[in-house]
Amino acid sequence: MKDMIDIIVNIFPYAIAFTIPLLITSLGGLYSERSGIVNIGLEGLMVVGFFAGAVTIKTLEVALPDLSIVIGLLVGIIAGVLFSMLHAFASINLNANQVISGTAINMLAGALTVFLARTITGSGNIGIRLGIVRWDVPLLSEIPVIGPLFFQKTYYTTWIVLAIWGFSWFLLYKTSFGLRLRACGEHPNAAASAGVNVIKMRYIGVMVSGGLAGLGGAVMIATYAGEFNGTVAGLGFLALAALIFGQWKPLGILGAAFFFGFARTIADASQVIPQFENFPPLILKIFPYVVTLIALVLFSKSSKAPKASGEPFDLSGK
Amino acid sequence: MKKDYTGVIKSLGAVLLGLLAGAILMLAIGANPLKGFFYLFQGGFKSIERFGNIFAIATTLILTGLSVAFAFRTGLFNIGAAGQMLMGGLCATMIGLSFDSLPRIILLPFMFIVALLGGAIWGIIPGLLKARFNVHEVVATIMMNWIAYWIVYYVIGDYFTSGLLETESASIPAVAQLRLPWLTDLLNGSYLNLGIVVSIACVIIIKFILDRTTLGYELKAVGYNRHAAQYAGIKVNRSIILSMMIAGGLAGLAGLTYYTGYSINIQIGVLPTQGFDGIAVALLGATTPWGVFFSAAFFGLLHAGKGFMSANTIIPPQIADTIIAIIIYFTATSLFIEKMWVKMKTRRLEKKNIKSGGDE
Repeated sequence: MKDMIDIIVNIFPYAIAFTIPLLITSLGGLYSERSGIVNIGLEGLMVVGFFAGAVTIKTLEVALPDLSIVIGLLVGIIAGVLFSMLHAFASINLNANQVISGTAINMLAGALTVFLARTITGSGNIGIRLGIVRWDVPLLSEIPVIGPLFFQKTYYTTWIVLAIWGFSWFLLYKTSFGLRLRACGEHPNAAASAGVNVIKMRYIGVMVSGGLAGLGGAVMIATYAGEFNGTVAGLGFLALAALIFGQWKPLGILGAAFFFGFARTIADASQVIPQFENFPPLILKIFPYVVTLIALVLFSKSSKAPKASGEPFDLSGK
Repeated sequence: MKKDYTGVIKSLGAVLLGLLAGAILMLAIGANPLKGFFYLFQGGFKSIERFGNIFAIATTLILTGLSVAFAFRTGLFNIGAAGQMLMGGLCATMIGLSFDSLPRIILLPFMFIVALLGGAIWGIIPGLLKARFNVHEVVATIMMNWIAYWIVYYVIGDYFTSGLLETESASIPAVAQLRLPWLTDLLNGSYLNLGIVVSIACVIIIKFILDRTTLGYELKAVGYNRHAAQYAGIKVNRSIILSMMIAGGLAGLAGLTYYTGYSINIQIGVLPTQGFDGIAVALLGATTPWGVFFSAAFFGLLHAGKGFMSANTIIPPQIADTIIAIIIYFTATSLFIEKMWVKMKTRRLEKKNIKSGGDE
């Protein structure tokens, strides 16, 4: 038992570091899907933020060692927003198939960022010297058990992301803006007849998803990744899985992201954890995906997916 | 009967816009786009070997493209061609590496069948989930992709490496390769292999199934209108499962041609881009079998020429993937191109009418 606690304490910081980009990207997907636009381009939007963050931090890290990471995170958000507008324009204005447009976003992000990275560095990899320094939260980190788990050696981005999560819950469920956004994903025609600008709301939904996914990618480079290499290794798709497993709800997403984050971290660390030594790592790796499929089957009768998600909204009212 | 060229026009429009965007990118990094495209096309056509490689690359893309296109005809979006391709390739590789004492005439059909089955099973699962539980096939196939990714990672990594490199399987022995020595010699070392026969045969078979059989008619009917098809007595659920099974099988064969013909080993930790390029191939080919063939050949050209271009200019080879992604984006927004085209046509017609009206 003592061993188990030690293991948990040891892997906790890694699991949280891995979970945070997943959580924020998944939350981004929530905004988009709640507004009625399916966004399977999350993976690509993360890659864009990952790239933009890496380039910015690398460019500024000598001149502005302290500020470079903050600016890198902001540039990651902006890059994600701009890139997501391609998806917004295609899905909202041109009534494009949202899945195809999202796939194009994924492919374009992967190809374009490596194309640019190779032009910049030659090798296509962009490494940064120093990421965010881990930091103990004053006072709280001294609480026994909880302190070492949650408040020691944390990245400040973790707290920013959790704050955005809390704010999003408030925004989506406690404000008229949130009600309007959700209405656009459930019944856009009814929302429109009540005077909601569906086009504008959907643009906001997609652009927020781009910004948050971009932040997710930028957090990766600023925390544990250290180097841009052209891919986020399926983390964006895992975020999509967390969105579904969380049944399109902020609290559900929080739980799903931590669940997947921990599952993935245990899988990655299973060789060095005695208890998992003989456990096939394959099972741990495919766990999130299998669980998502099972969840989809179980919830198939009572899916909480936004009803109009994926359906184009035609102003002419056809 | 007047032929409808809208599909062709849409595809050509998307290709032109993609190439134009590629040219702008080349300009943006300070390269000369004319030179870039010159080397890109020269890289595809300058020798018989390179020309063979266009079709060696197209072999896999034809099959993944057919896979996506076939499912599309039944109204299903098979984004899981990558995973199905991996499973087909994994099965073929395991057989090729384990039974290399069998004569070629038995071994190759054996590998063909297991690749077909491996891919088909990976397609049936999302098909079943869709038919039985109404689980969206896009999400299900994405999950299946990553499950396949990790299965290959551990099965190949733990049991089928050569011991030298842990990131790829041992090389497929000559007896189990789709490469034909005489063809390789004839084409000065091109990668073109038996797979091209498989893929062209599949084009013809799929064309036949879609246009000339009851099954094809039913699948298309489900694609046009699920509810109407149900009302007409077509078993919709059965059609969905069958369509995903065939689509998966085609992608499985893509894995056979790629991993035992083109690359002769299977790398771990890679979701094959061919699976996603297949979406572009299918859409650009307007989801028709021969359309898939020609768009796969075009993408084959881009991929075959990109290395030569990159060696002779400062343009990184990823320009080819970027152009392909932009082409998909424009095919997704093809409605826009179609509208422009119709507008242009009507305007020309109006002009003509005004002119002829003025003459009277």
